[in-house]
Amino acid sequence: MTPPDLVVADAAVPGRDGRWTLVCAAGQVLELSPHDPAARFPEARVIEAKGQLLLPAMTDAHTHLREPGQEWKEDIASGLAAAAGGGFSNILCMANTDPVNDNESVTRLMLRRASEAWPHGPRLFPVGALTMGLAGKQLAPMEELLAAGCVAFSNDGEPVADTELFRHALEYAADLAPVIDHCEDPYMAKGAGANEGVMSARLGLRGQPDVAEALQVARDILLAEYLNAPVHLAHVSCRRAVELIADAKRRGAPVTAETCPHYLTMTDAALFGYDTMAKVNPPLRTDDDRLALIQALREGVIDILATDHAPHAAHEKETPFEDAKNGITGLDTALGSLWELVRLGQLSAEDIAQRFAWRPAEIFRLPHCRFAPGDPADFCLFDPEQSWVVTPETLRSKGKNTPLLGQSLTGRVTLTAVNGHVVYELARAGA
Amino acid sequence: MNWPHKDLLDVSQLSREDVDVVMRTAASFREINARPVKKVPTLKGKSVVLFFAEPSTRTKTSFDIAGKRLSADTFGLAKSGSSLQKGETLKDTVLTLQAMNPDAIVMRHSSSGAADFVARRVSCAVINAGDGWHAHPTQALLDLFTLREVWGDDLVGKTVTILGDVAHSRVARSNIRLLTMLGVTVRLCAPRTLLPKDARALGAKVFHELEPALDSADAVMCLRLQLERQEAGLLPDLREYARRFCLTKARLKNAAPDVKVLHPGPINRGVEIASDLADAGNSLILDQVASGVAVRMAILYLHITRKEKGETA
Repeated sequence: MTPPDLVVADAAVPGRDGRWTLVCAAGQVLELSPHDPAARFPEARVIEAKGQLLLPAMTDAHTHLREPGQEWKEDIASGLAAAAGGGFSNILCMANTDPVNDNESVTRLMLRRASEAWPHGPRLFPVGALTMGLAGKQLAPMEELLAAGCVAFSNDGEPVADTELFRHALEYAADLAPVIDHCEDPYMAKGAGANEGVMSARLGLRGQPDVAEALQVARDILLAEYLNAPVHLAHVSCRRAVELIADAKRRGAPVTAETCPHYLTMTDAALFGYDTMAKVNPPLRTDDDRLALIQALREGVIDILATDHAPHAAHEKETPFEDAKNGITGLDTALGSLWELVRLGQLSAEDIAQRFAWRPAEIFRLPHCRFAPGDPADFCLFDPEQSWVVTPETLRSKGKNTPLLGQSLTGRVTLTAVNGHVVYELARAGA
Repeated sequence: MNWPHKDLLDVSQLSREDVDVVMRTAASFREINARPVKKVPTLKGKSVVLFFAEPSTRTKTSFDIAGKRLSADTFGLAKSGSSLQKGETLKDTVLTLQAMNPDAIVMRHSSSGAADFVARRVSCAVINAGDGWHAHPTQALLDLFTLREVWGDDLVGKTVTILGDVAHSRVARSNIRLLTMLGVTVRLCAPRTLLPKDARALGAKVFHELEPALDSADAVMCLRLQLERQEAGLLPDLREYARRFCLTKARLKNAAPDVKVLHPGPINRGVEIASDLADAGNSLILDQVASGVAVRMAILYLHITRKEKGETA
């Protein structure tokens, strides 16, 4: 047997009492056992994790890494740097690059860039386009994309308006890989960057009603049931959609759903003063929606968390509200911002492990770590007491576009390992 | 009196006392406009940029005349013919303007929040002359000035009905804020397609039929109907709109006996207001234009002559 080479000693583990020691060898978990101060591991790097939480490294099912084509916003190297810093081992990146990821050359380029920049991880899993050029006219070559390394298909921000074509896309993909759908009615949602409601009425902004999202969620649920083909609903933001998904799951419909940290921690009140950093699609909604999402996540109606990491350059947000790009950068701050909800008792650390690590990896059939012998040694350490201020310098992503800028978060990832390789380690203050 | 605001972005930033100061200052300037020589040296040597990134004739002219009557130098900058059309960002345009060191920028822009965006980036005064659907504070102030000339200073208990396309109207939003602050009951009346979904959140009563909306109203403000609204599917056509909502003398029969009629212009005669009513004795439409110059003189004066904190008088 290979001797232990990496040990995390004296950590807290979600859902388990006491202190624990994780023993790894050759990139895999050997065992997670109760902490024994007398134990010695002469050939291993031993990480003292007293006061820290040992979490499975997370899978982010929804990011935009912008390469190829928009490297001024982000590239795969900087996106994966942010992922490592955020505690992620697996990253799914969307196909809305330039050129679009609708053929194997683009997929292979993405994977090559990832392995050049981060040979030991985080692992990149491209999401292939569902239709050619995301144009919603012709199916993309899904088997070719799958063979090249894609793990799912999506038209992302350009949801397929033609219901007949979307039906065929679901049927065709059903035997290949999951389809992720960004749910918005293409007519009702057009050109709106704010939730339709009291805030948009007061600010004089074009509003996107939650109904525009829920209509498309209903369409997808009906098709998924009718075709018995799985659909994953991206970034659910409102109560109306939650209620539809809950009903569908009671009937056993093959749908899964995600929401994002910003929908759980912010509302459209963030738009006050026309803060373009808070402009995102779907838009931040009301507190009632926010509370419905938290409950749905706890209950599993919403299966997973994903960041919808959408980096933009400064000048793309330094505009009047209606001209600003949609999107919030999220990989660096995901866990820190969610931890507020854990402190408030609205989510547990186990919920985070389940919804941000294990369940997304299951849905997209990716390697993940449940701390069982033989699992890949994918984990992160999280210091729940460490306060830090979100500044451009603390974000490893090129995109500094987050409404959290200038705010203080309590809880910070201090180390991330993928396959037993430490891919991120926070420099200790004073060290 | 030292004016406490660097910028005028909307009426919501003003206290009742601030509003009184604007009204009193405008009243003192109004007299200048009746003189044979309509110019005083108050703002001599000051420069005002009129930055209109959206078409405007009357507001721009009104500010231009207001500035010139106070002896300020005014410089017009329109979107066509400016670098905005060459793809320059708004941020770069205003930083360029700022570098020329004007005393005030009067601006109109099609994006809600644009004046706020600019005000946070320049040190000179920014006067919002209309931003998207959000605010048009000088229009609300001149409407108030016009009504106070007829009704006196106390408007508590009056009822004003705002009729027409509230959803897309910065004039409506600013007027609702200002009038409700002063104790006026504001009613909104429009088909649902021309009202924001949560119109009640604006602080007014909402009607979808003319008769109850006009009942005992002391004044009616008609809004201009943008002709592109029918293309966007919000209305069948203008004729149908006029059948339901065109303000006529007959439809005013249950309003207050000396009901006043206002319109920010430009008017679509026969669409939102009947031609004979626009020209009738109870129409204040041209008084509004006259008030506009006086109010804008007051606004320019207050913002340009204010002392920064720490500066001695």
